[in-house]
Amino acid sequence: MTISYYLVLAAILFTIGAVGVLVRRNAIVVFMCIELMLNSVNLTLVTFARSTGTIDGQIMAFFVMVVAAAEVVIGLAIIMSIYRTRRSASVDDANLLKY
Amino acid sequence: MPAEGLLAASWLLIALPLAGAAVLLLGGRRTDRWGHLLGTATVAAAFVLAVACTVQLAGTDGRSVDVELFTFISAGELDVTAGLLYDPLSAVFVLLITGVGSLIHVYSIGYMAHDPARRRFFAYLNLFVAAMLLLVLGNSYVALYVGWEGVGLASYLLIAFWYTRPAAATAAKKAFIMNRVGDVGLAIAVFIMFAQLGTTSYAGVHAGVATLAGGTVTAIGLLLLLGACGKSGQFPLQAWLPDAMEGPTPVSALIHAATMVTAGVYLIARSAPVYDETPTARTVVLAVGAVTLLIGAIAGCAYDDIKKVLAYSTVSQIGYMFLAVGLGPAGYVAGLAHLLAHGFFKAGLFLGAGSVMHAMDDQVDMRRFGALWKKLPVTFVTFGLGYLALIGFPFLSGYFTKDAIIEAALDRGDTWGWVLGGVAVLGAGLTAFYMTRLMLMTFFGEARWTDGVHPHESPSVMTAPMVVLAVGSVFSGALLVSVFPLSGWLEPVFGEPAEAEHVVAPAVIGLVVTVVMALGVLAAWLFVGRREVPVTAPVRVSPVTRAARNALYVDTINESLFMRPGQWLTRALVWFDNRGVDGAVNGLAAGLGGSSSRLGRAQNGFVRTYALGMLGGAVMVAGALLAVTAG
Repeated sequence: MTISYYLVLAAILFTIGAVGVLVRRNAIVVFMCIELMLNSVNLTLVTFARSTGTIDGQIMAFFVMVVAAAEVVIGLAIIMSIYRTRRSASVDDANLLKY
Repeated sequence: MPAEGLLAASWLLIALPLAGAAVLLLGGRRTDRWGHLLGTATVAAAFVLAVACTVQLAGTDGRSVDVELFTFISAGELDVTAGLLYDPLSAVFVLLITGVGSLIHVYSIGYMAHDPARRRFFAYLNLFVAAMLLLVLGNSYVALYVGWEGVGLASYLLIAFWYTRPAAATAAKKAFIMNRVGDVGLAIAVFIMFAQLGTTSYAGVHAGVATLAGGTVTAIGLLLLLGACGKSGQFPLQAWLPDAMEGPTPVSALIHAATMVTAGVYLIARSAPVYDETPTARTVVLAVGAVTLLIGAIAGCAYDDIKKVLAYSTVSQIGYMFLAVGLGPAGYVAGLAHLLAHGFFKAGLFLGAGSVMHAMDDQVDMRRFGALWKKLPVTFVTFGLGYLALIGFPFLSGYFTKDAIIEAALDRGDTWGWVLGGVAVLGAGLTAFYMTRLMLMTFFGEARWTDGVHPHESPSVMTAPMVVLAVGSVFSGALLVSVFPLSGWLEPVFGEPAEAEHVVAPAVIGLVVTVVMALGVLAAWLFVGRREVPVTAPVRVSPVTRAARNALYVDTINESLFMRPGQWLTRALVWFDNRGVDGAVNGLAAGLGGSSSRLGRAQNGFVRTYALGMLGGAVMVAGALLAVTAG
């Protein structure tokens, strides 16, 4: 059982996530793409942990999950408050913080 | 030898007037009522102390006393001890400064009586006396330099005493700046002494000067001469002295006639061992003296301002002194005798001029005087005696001292001796001319007073010092040359007076000088005395007169040679500073500001742009890692 399948899958998921972050305007979708990227990284971590027989990668994956959970809470709250003031969930509409 | 008795307390000479100045300057208006009395008292006390010190000095072996005070500068190899050197040379100067200084302080009580700032005047005068005493008493060139700058400061403050008058403020600045030119020379001379000999004390420098290379000694001699020229109003730095007459008249008498301007003569006489080693520098001293005595005398013939005529006369007479000290051992005593006699009669003449101005509502134009002898009898007699002494009337002081200089010049025996002697005799004739012209225009002829002027004799507080100085003018020459010879008193400093072989018998010189003087007086009578003096100066005059009225265009030359190029240089530097230096600094700042505001445009507020940036960065880092691990 080679690990390349897992890694290729993780790379594909990461690429989808990255492209989604860059091209989508809807903040919820962008958010989901970020989750996708985090989970592709988790997959990679777990894959290497299994293949080397250590648990470091698995522990790291748990950390990532915790951070992702916290991030979801904060992020969704920010998106909600932006939506309330601007009646839009487009990331391009929230562009006041600039030069 | 070390000091004992009163001489150990000779630092009090400097401390007394200095304390007077401090009290008057710091005490403020509280001291207004008695400030002038305190100022006079400190100088009079210094005079009494100076007499006592000189008496003690006369009884001391070797007649030279060192008074060690404290360490002034101690830095590495430089070790300057502040100390005083009380020897016959400094003693005569101390007596002159405190003696004439006391008289002029007394005179100023009356002269400045109506000036609201009289206290400040006495404070500055005291400061001057203290600095001048330090100048002549210091035992090293550094101490001399401190006093030198001190008298320069006091001179500046006193010329600009009426600082609300633009002419006075300008004259003070001119004096200060021209003195600076000379002072730089003196400072560099002191630097060379320290660099080459490691010491600046008179004893050390004079002992070591023989070991130096010829060029170095000549450089020191010429730089000292530059300093002396600046302070003493000698060619080419003489132009400040006539302008300095903007100050109150007692200042002109004390500082710009009797004492400060003779500091240059003191410096050269004190540095005799330096000049003994360098005939070149000594010849330059001679040339400076000869040129200045003629320039001063010629300019003195043309001015109508009574104080300016006296100022040019001072320039000319100090030229005589420079000529004398430039002659070397033969002339030192003659020069110093003339200096002392000049201190008496020129101070007396200035005080007389001040008395005339006092009577004529501060007018200085001699064309507006005339026929004053009846109205101002005491001034007339004292001024007249000073006049006779100055032109060298037989058996008055100028006769003895000026003849001694001419004798010393002729005794050189070579062609230069004849030239210098001739110049000195010619100068004597010119002196007689311009001084007689001054006398005729001021005291004789028709009254040409402006309306509303009622001349009156000055109060006795002013006339008493004039009488004392007139007595000094009459007798000082005979005293210094024959009765109580200065050459004997100064022997410890300049060595035993050599028995000179006279080229021309002194009696013949005396006769010739008297005849030339009489010719000068006669010429003045022909040109001025027997005609009406026009109230305004004639405009259509010969080129010679015009040149003399412009002081031989020395100011013009100075302006075009030094002032204009200096201004051009300043303007060029200002332009370079504004455009070059400021341009570079401001350009750099503007460039940084512009580029940062342009870079700031990248912060456009679109989150996705930032995300792309992060991704690009991450890809680059990953690429770099791959490249490193693969390579």
